[in-house]
Amino acid sequence: MNSLVIAGLLLVLLGLAYQSGWSRSRGLSTANGVKVHSRPQYHGSYVAIWTLVPALIIIALWAWLGDGITHNFIVSQIPVETVQSLDQVGLNATIARIRSLATGYGVAGEILPYEQTAGDALRSFQFITFLIVVVAAAVAGIVALLYARGRITARLRARNAVERVINIALLACSAVAILTTVGIVASLVSEAYKFFTFIHPLDFFFGTVWNPSFSSTGGAAHGQYGLLPLLVGTLMITLIAMLVAVPVGLMAAIYLSQYAHHSFRAVAKPIIEILAGIPTIVFGFFALVTVGPFLRDFGSLVGLDIKATSALTAGIVMGIMIIPFVSSLSDDILNQVPRTLRDGAYGLGATKSETIRNVLLPAALPGIVGAFLLAVSRAVGETMIVVLAAGNSPVLRGNPFEPVATITVSIVNQLTGDSDFAGPQSLVAFALGLTLFVITLCLNVFALYIVRRFREQYE
Amino acid sequence: MTDMLSTGQQASIDRTRLIRAGLRKRHLSENIFKGLGLAAIILALGFVALLFVDIVRKGVPAFTQSNLHLAITYDPAILKIDPPPVRAAGQSDADFQAANLKWQRDLAMLNWNKVIEASLRAAAPAGLEIDAKALLSIAETDARHVVREMFVANPSLLGQTVEVELLASANAVNWIRGNIDRSLGDAQQQLSASARTLIDEFVANGTITNGFAWSIFTNVDSRSAPASAGLLGAFVGTLWMMLIVIVLAVPIGVASAIYLEEFAPKSRITDFIEVNINNLAAVPSIVFGLLGAAAFINYMHLPISAPIVGGLVLTLMTLPTIIIATRGALLGVSPALRQAALGMGASKTQMVFHHVLPVTFPSILTATILGVAHALGETAPLLLIGMKAFVAAVPATPLDQATALPVQIYLWQGNENRNFFEPRTAAAIMVLLLVMICLNGVAIYLRSRLEKRA
Amino acid sequence: MDMLAGKVKMTQQSVNTAMNPADALERPIRLTARDVTVHYGAKQALHGISIDIPDRAVTSFIGPSGCGKSTFLRCINRMNDTIEGARVGGTIKLDGEDIYDPSLDVVELRARIGMVFQKPNPFPKSIYENVAYGPKIHGLARSKTDMDEIVVSSLRKAGLFEEVKDRLNEPGTGLSGGQQQRLCIARAIAVGPEVILMDEPCSALDPIATAIIEELIDELRENYTIVIVTHSMQQAARVSQRTAFFHLGNLIEEGVTEDIFTNPVNKQTQDYIMGRIG
Repeated sequence: MNSLVIAGLLLVLLGLAYQSGWSRSRGLSTANGVKVHSRPQYHGSYVAIWTLVPALIIIALWAWLGDGITHNFIVSQIPVETVQSLDQVGLNATIARIRSLATGYGVAGEILPYEQTAGDALRSFQFITFLIVVVAAAVAGIVALLYARGRITARLRARNAVERVINIALLACSAVAILTTVGIVASLVSEAYKFFTFIHPLDFFFGTVWNPSFSSTGGAAHGQYGLLPLLVGTLMITLIAMLVAVPVGLMAAIYLSQYAHHSFRAVAKPIIEILAGIPTIVFGFFALVTVGPFLRDFGSLVGLDIKATSALTAGIVMGIMIIPFVSSLSDDILNQVPRTLRDGAYGLGATKSETIRNVLLPAALPGIVGAFLLAVSRAVGETMIVVLAAGNSPVLRGNPFEPVATITVSIVNQLTGDSDFAGPQSLVAFALGLTLFVITLCLNVFALYIVRRFREQYE
Repeated sequence: MTDMLSTGQQASIDRTRLIRAGLRKRHLSENIFKGLGLAAIILALGFVALLFVDIVRKGVPAFTQSNLHLAITYDPAILKIDPPPVRAAGQSDADFQAANLKWQRDLAMLNWNKVIEASLRAAAPAGLEIDAKALLSIAETDARHVVREMFVANPSLLGQTVEVELLASANAVNWIRGNIDRSLGDAQQQLSASARTLIDEFVANGTITNGFAWSIFTNVDSRSAPASAGLLGAFVGTLWMMLIVIVLAVPIGVASAIYLEEFAPKSRITDFIEVNINNLAAVPSIVFGLLGAAAFINYMHLPISAPIVGGLVLTLMTLPTIIIATRGALLGVSPALRQAALGMGASKTQMVFHHVLPVTFPSILTATILGVAHALGETAPLLLIGMKAFVAAVPATPLDQATALPVQIYLWQGNENRNFFEPRTAAAIMVLLLVMICLNGVAIYLRSRLEKRA
Repeated sequence: MDMLAGKVKMTQQSVNTAMNPADALERPIRLTARDVTVHYGAKQALHGISIDIPDRAVTSFIGPSGCGKSTFLRCINRMNDTIEGARVGGTIKLDGEDIYDPSLDVVELRARIGMVFQKPNPFPKSIYENVAYGPKIHGLARSKTDMDEIVVSSLRKAGLFEEVKDRLNEPGTGLSGGQQQRLCIARAIAVGPEVILMDEPCSALDPIATAIIEELIDELRENYTIVIVTHSMQQAARVSQRTAFFHLGNLIEEGVTEDIFTNPVNKQTQDYIMGRIG
């Protein structure tokens, strides 16, 4: 309700201001026929911005400070001796009861008289403060409106002023991307730091046992948080995925860009790229119900003990998922190799495959390596396929036919969303996330650097 | 001179012989290489086909549900209940409401299963030995709610018999469809032998029929009554998140792309922002989930499991994609257009907003839809902000608890009743893929339409 | 044989007098083209080209850009095969053998008819590997010593050996433009071709490097049949014994270079030479 009123107020102010600036500007140009610097809509926007900013500042101030003021008001309504008798938790509970009373929903249990009076007082206090804020915002807006309107003259550079504001707004938008990075780094580092106050970093990074205890009541018994089993699992699955994706993706890119008729290419390329658009959870399900059982049956046929959920299952399906990623990146890179190089080899009498293997691929190698690194980074950070199909067995071993756990799986397992952020059980997710972030960041920076160097070489 | 010539000719003949000798092998390896390329393509296409065929083959059966046609008798002997309260003259609103609620509570206390059991027994062939538990295992557990709600809506049904269509239980469906191996012994079957016989009987005599499973689209998730579990809640949750992504990510993304491409002075800082955005685009999605958990939930105390948090996380995740695509589109605008606009005396801002943006609109729109479609299928970050909680309600606002389509898929694939939920998960995947295909189709259509117009 | 280093500023006369132009007529015919047409998709790029190219002489193709001279050159070693949608009609014979005969192996053909391109295009490999690449894929060297010999002699013939002998293992892309182009010539020579096609080989080079290449072409003429496409009439006059003038996909006039430049039969040729076309 309140937010609707405020939104409505702002809209009305906005419309009023724009209209007033616009008509004033029209008046200028029609009255004495002088040359007005800016068009009426700029004057309208100019006044609107002038009006909106003070009103917004007042509302923002209330949003920022209002909670504290209300809190203090409630405390002042509770008898002093009661406040002194209560500890922090009890006080908060009382305040919550009073707030609830004020909204009119009522509370459980017997209502103490002072609670009732405090609730009533709070209700009127809230109403009055809300009115004050609304009126103050409106008054500030209107004062600013009148001031801005007064400034409108033929020579006012309203357009430039409005454009400056647009510029600032655009800058603010591009700051969001930076803020996101800052937010990621800050939250990962600070929560991981908390984790490292429980578990020594050496025990985390070089520990070989992953066995977090879930009884967070157990005081010192936090369990063991060794990263290595997860890291090995992650690397094993990534390796298998790359063993599937690189040959298939690269050969597919070569065939499509060098051999295929353009009509075949026009059909096959988008179909392969469908794989890139399918949600990973779908691949996970596919791995779990189809690929896993198939591999298990195949294993028992040839006398291998392959578990249905294993590093192999997850790796193969992840490899399938990455095929279009590898193939479209390689395709791009191959197409960037200048035609003259290919002609040079053909002119010597090289066959097509000789040209590709001896000239095209070596020339494209840096770019292709960059593409592979990007694919590796994607595989390392992939979550859902592994959650569903890798079997979640955080044991340090090298057998790809056995279940494994990865960094991402453990993040999902440890941070279920409803956990508090107090114990190492959930905080470890951030230490894992930090590890993952650093690994993928290094891969990406390095890969993008290589690819960029490669592009510059042939530009 | 002649000497040189003849040695030259001799050398040339020698060379030709050498070259010819190697040709067969070289062409063989050429063909092998080409064959490998073709094989890779076929393999990749095969994977696509296999994936789709597998999902569709598994999912299609779940789009039919087994309906149980029963004659329900609201037997006063079982349903010992007073008539519903009638509003007395002078009775206050609140009093009447209280009386009505009490009546409904009393109704809920009645053993409605007895009613179901009686009608099932009536439908069963005479002489079949079957106990109450086995009988009730045929109908889905929500049957008693359905029957009760009908009575609440129409209390005059007491003493009457009506035809009702109920859902057969998930285990019954497993048995009918053969989801469970029918040759397994009693110990491994979910249903008792007598129930299985009766189900077969019901199928034969038309008491159980198949129909399109509207429940998938009209119901919310359910654990106690799996056969009635639907996607509606998850679908609405996804819609809320998409709405937030569109409202936030699109303007912010396009605005920052415009700033970086058109206004920002080329400096170290913009270089840094560019590198930063490129890297952000490659950050694993689960890291965004961690950001959401730490920043939005733990620090800002936004509600857990809510579409608003999911939407914000997906917004941050989609932003780099939209920024990169928009910058690419802006970069593609010919300098001639810019110079023409500037030459007419337009300011830089006017040039961008009046001339450059309209031209790039189709590409920006397409990129946006594709970015949103990608966000739609994202699962991992949502798990971290608590969206994997079981929610059996349609979220009315973005602040309510909700799941999303991909998370629903995750939840269903983990359900213990594998035999029943595997097809249903595949069906949910089909719905998700269909939504994504539609979004992509819209993107392609809009692009071709708008490009033709431009 | 080691003649090039230092003799950069060779005059036009000295090149042209190296061989009596009339000699070219008496040489046996190596290549004959009859009625060659090329289509790129629906567009016809060449209209019935017929020409004879003599052995061990330099034939140059001139004409304004887009006239089809390069297209025709690329027909001679079937480089047009690598362009999607290109169709070639008519016949081209090398020593009486139809090079578009389906039974003929294009790989073998290209070993016999080498090509040097407009822009120097050394492979991103070492100088040695660049030259050795052709002999390696064709299996021309039986041993490492064989290969060394081929590489050294090819580099010598291309007049590059003295400049690069100390850095054979450095990448070919590190050389100067003119050196790169000579490396490409050495690469072509290493396969031992009978015909060398050159597609505007000097267009990306500075005048000094151009002069060196022109002198080299004149030297190579002793052992190879050379066809060169050039946009520079002066170059054609300096290096070739026979000249063919192309315009709009047609072969307008062809004959002894001196005749073409001093006494053209066709009005269009005259216009071009006077600088009125292109």
